Amino acid sequence: MTKILTPIAEYDVPAQDGLWLDASDAQKVTGWTLKPEGMCRDERCVPMPSSAVSDGKVDVAAFWQKLGGPVIASDGRDVWALGAPADERNAALEGLQAPDFTLPDVDGTPRTLSQLRGKKVFLATWASW
Amino acid sequence: MWQHLYDELKNKGFMVVAVAEESRGAEHARPWIEQARGSGSSSYWQLIDTEHRLEDLYNLVNVPQAIWIDEQGMIARPPETAGSTDHFRRMNLETKTMAPEDQAARLAARQAYLDAVRAWVMTGEHALPPASARAGLPRVTPEIAEARARFRLGVWLRTHGRAEEGDRQMAQASRLHPDSWSLWRQAADLDEVGKASGPEFWKRVQELGDRPYYPPPKL
Repeated sequence: MTKILTPIAEYDVPAQDGLWLDASDAQKVTGWTLKPEGMCRDERCVPMPSSAVSDGKVDVAAFWQKLGGPVIASDGRDVWALGAPADERNAALEGLQAPDFTLPDVDGTPRTLSQLRGKKVFLATWASW
Repeated sequence: MWQHLYDELKNKGFMVVAVAEESRGAEHARPWIEQARGSGSSSYWQLIDTEHRLEDLYNLVNVPQAIWIDEQGMIARPPETAGSTDHFRRMNLETKTMAPEDQAARLAARQAYLDAVRAWVMTGEHALPPASARAGLPRVTPEIAEARARFRLGVWLRTHGRAEEGDRQMAQASRLHPDSWSLWRQAADLDEVGKASGPEFWKRVQELGDRPYYPPPKL
């Protein structure tokens, strides 16, 4: 099994030759669905070269790079990190809507920023280091 | 750090979300959280961000940084230093003390920041118009995006027994995003608790020269 780390989750999926995944696993990991038009999400489709799609499988590394996102593999190519494209982060912030997130509190309860709509929120980072 | 502010303003539609950028996790952060809670009856959110996801989403570079978010979920003030100052740079490293005038100035700056938050909650003062809020957002570059992915991989490798490879990825992340103090200080801390405040840290701080470690907020 290959471990894939995305900005919000991690997955263990079977992969071949790098990051070739079954279309259903590709959809689970990336949120994009393989269609005849290419990889699609909502109203948008990204055409895929024939070298990146074969027999119901998708070269997710090639797809992610086409989106403009970094793809980093471990030495043994058993753990991969797919990073958000810079454009996506900038567009989200420039819209000025505070990017939503869910993180566990110190007791393990998941907390989501958008649950606090209606209040003024002071969002501050800290660290023991 | 924010308990007093929260206690004072919680009934005025105010909430604090404190996020620990702590790859060593909840149990490592817990002593500081317990201390901060003190005897406060209700508490604000104390979240644990082992993957530094918040730094990824909001393009942060150091701790503490804060973002002010209004009732509609919009950014009222982009990421800024949250009350800390550069006076520590003049600390006596042997005695680990600061000159009284530096201590006083540091305290005054922190108080001024807390006062500004209070004014925002009570009157909406200091909220930035959209154009100014936007102008205050540093851009995420392709290098920063790659740094984030390498750091994520590096933390995973480090926390799963592959220290050398993890450190290598995190070091590359720091080279790609040299403005980020968090990336290399977290990597240092994962190697050895305390290393992030050790000799290498002080050397890097000195190398800043006239540039700030904690750029002050434009309040």
